[in-house]
Amino acid sequence: MAAENWQDVCATSDIPEDDVIAQTVGDQEIALYEVEGSYFATDNLCTHGQARLSEGFLEDGEIECPLHQGRFCVKSGKAMCAPLTEDIRAYPVKISGDRVWVDLG
Amino acid sequence: MKSGMVIVGAGEAGVRAAVTLRQQGWDGPVTLLGEEPHTPYERPPLSKDYLTGADRKLTSIGGTNQFEALEINFRPSVTVEAIRREDRTLITRDGETLQYEKLLLATGASARRVRIPKVPDPSILLLRSVNDSDRIRERMREGLNVVMVGGGFIGLEVAASLRSHGAIVHVLELQDELMKRAVPASIAQIIRQEHQNQGVHIHLSTRVSDVNTRHDRRMLTLSNGQTIQADMIIAGVGAAPSTGLAESAGLRIENGIAVDAGMATEDPHIFAAGDCCSFPHPLYDNNRMRLESWRCAQEQGEVAALNMLGKGETYMKAPWFWSNQFDLGLQIAGLPDQGSEEVVRQIDDRSLLHFSLRADGTLAGAAGVAPGNAIARDIKICERLINGGSKPDPAVLSDPGAPLKPLLQAG
Ligand SMILES: Cc1cc2nc3c(=O)[nH]c(=O)nc-3n(C[C@H](O)[C@H](O)[C@H](O)COP(=O)(O)OP(=O)(O)OC[C@H]3O[C@@H](n4cnc5c(N)ncnc54)[C@H](O)[C@@H]3O)c2cc1C
Repeated sequence: MAAENWQDVCATSDIPEDDVIAQTVGDQEIALYEVEGSYFATDNLCTHGQARLSEGFLEDGEIECPLHQGRFCVKSGKAMCAPLTEDIRAYPVKISGDRVWVDLG
Repeated sequence: MKSGMVIVGAGEAGVRAAVTLRQQGWDGPVTLLGEEPHTPYERPPLSKDYLTGADRKLTSIGGTNQFEALEINFRPSVTVEAIRREDRTLITRDGETLQYEKLLLATGASARRVRIPKVPDPSILLLRSVNDSDRIRERMREGLNVVMVGGGFIGLEVAASLRSHGAIVHVLELQDELMKRAVPASIAQIIRQEHQNQGVHIHLSTRVSDVNTRHDRRMLTLSNGQTIQADMIIAGVGAAPSTGLAESAGLRIENGIAVDAGMATEDPHIFAAGDCCSFPHPLYDNNRMRLESWRCAQEQGEVAALNMLGKGETYMKAPWFWSNQFDLGLQIAGLPDQGSEEVVRQIDDRSLLHFSLRADGTLAGAAGVAPGNAIARDIKICERLINGGSKPDPAVLSDPGAPLKPLLQAG
């Protein structure tokens, strides 16, 4: 089990409702999502092509890659359909006050 | 043993069909025959990253890694030469015979050739397969004088890839604009400007009028009066559907193997999907069309598989297509040339969305260009609007400050 590495990544208000943004933390780029009042974080690069998920379409808790329409569950990172064969990494998120913290450990 | 499902052609449509048959619970034999020796691979990178990329790694088609688990009998290097419909038998080049219960033809398309007087055919390179891409790659070096015949998607992608790696590139196009018909002029202009800014020489309304050899160099004289050096000539003048097999079996051909909206030919045991077929599209007055699109090929493979199992499915999604040239991403949903009114959303110099509305206010197609995938989300929304037959407010469409997502609710 990797050590925890909680990072303060942004304010809750930085992530529009029912939407996704990209955030760089150190040398890592992650995608942050708001779905019905809950926040989620995953890697931002799609496992299929070289596309950023933050430019994709978020619906019903799934993010669709902007290039090839593969969908990932934003909560678990699980690949939901073809052409995807590999999941993305999802990170634990906690809200403290109005800040979003992500465990990149 | 039951003869089972047989698929000819292991590209996007064929692979997706094979996987779908299993996902739908078919437990009889599934045989996938491919002429190429490779594990099924994606073609789009062949004119993009793969062409000039550092590693020679092909992208496998999704699902390929499940062949064993799904018990899909994939057989590379097998060419089917004839279909004997009376006893549902295929005959391969090696003389083997194979029975089928249902057959899917997913044979794709092949690059069209061009003829240039005084230039031997084999020295005009084409691009359809990984071998073609390798041939261009191997000859590529900095300062090479490349002439691309044809200013369509593939020609322009190759031009951008080679230019980015230091080639001197000329694109010859017969029409008076690039990607004519496929892309609205406002978008073609942005893309043309980018090519010119990057130093690609674009020659519109131009053909080769003469060829000479000077000091061992091949020189082309163009109809616009210029003379250019051609170390490598590549043709990108479209693709022809691979219909030979179907035609000699007596199946109907109409710019592709003619199928109905469920991907069935008039033989109840034979289906066709992907680049090789033409079909009536319910979203477009059932006009017969043939698409060459990575995603549509997969979707058609899926519909064909469902109907091979007797499910009564119809293919009726808005077509979708993308292209990358330099840092620009182009996406098209629906058919932009099927509308009667044009609405443009100019986002900035290099970003634009173009909407084509029908007389009744429904959206026929939308195309967009921008750096990266910046217009992907908007095109996705347009795709929904097209599929749903919505009538989006033109005032919202043209306003760069108005988000499109609320249009989905407006209905
Ligand atoms: C260079 C290039 C770039 C592209 N870029 C894009 C892009 O950016 N966006 C996009 O949307 N689309 C793009 N496309 C188009 C996309 O790749 C095609 O639409 C898609 O591959 C069609 O899939 P398919 O399964 O119908 O046919 P194919 O992929 O052509 O597969 C057909 C297969 O059948 C095999 N076959 C044919 N006849 C026989 C036979 N008799 N026996 C056995 N096997 C046979 C062939 O060898 C081939 O492997 C591009 C295509 C190319 C060539």
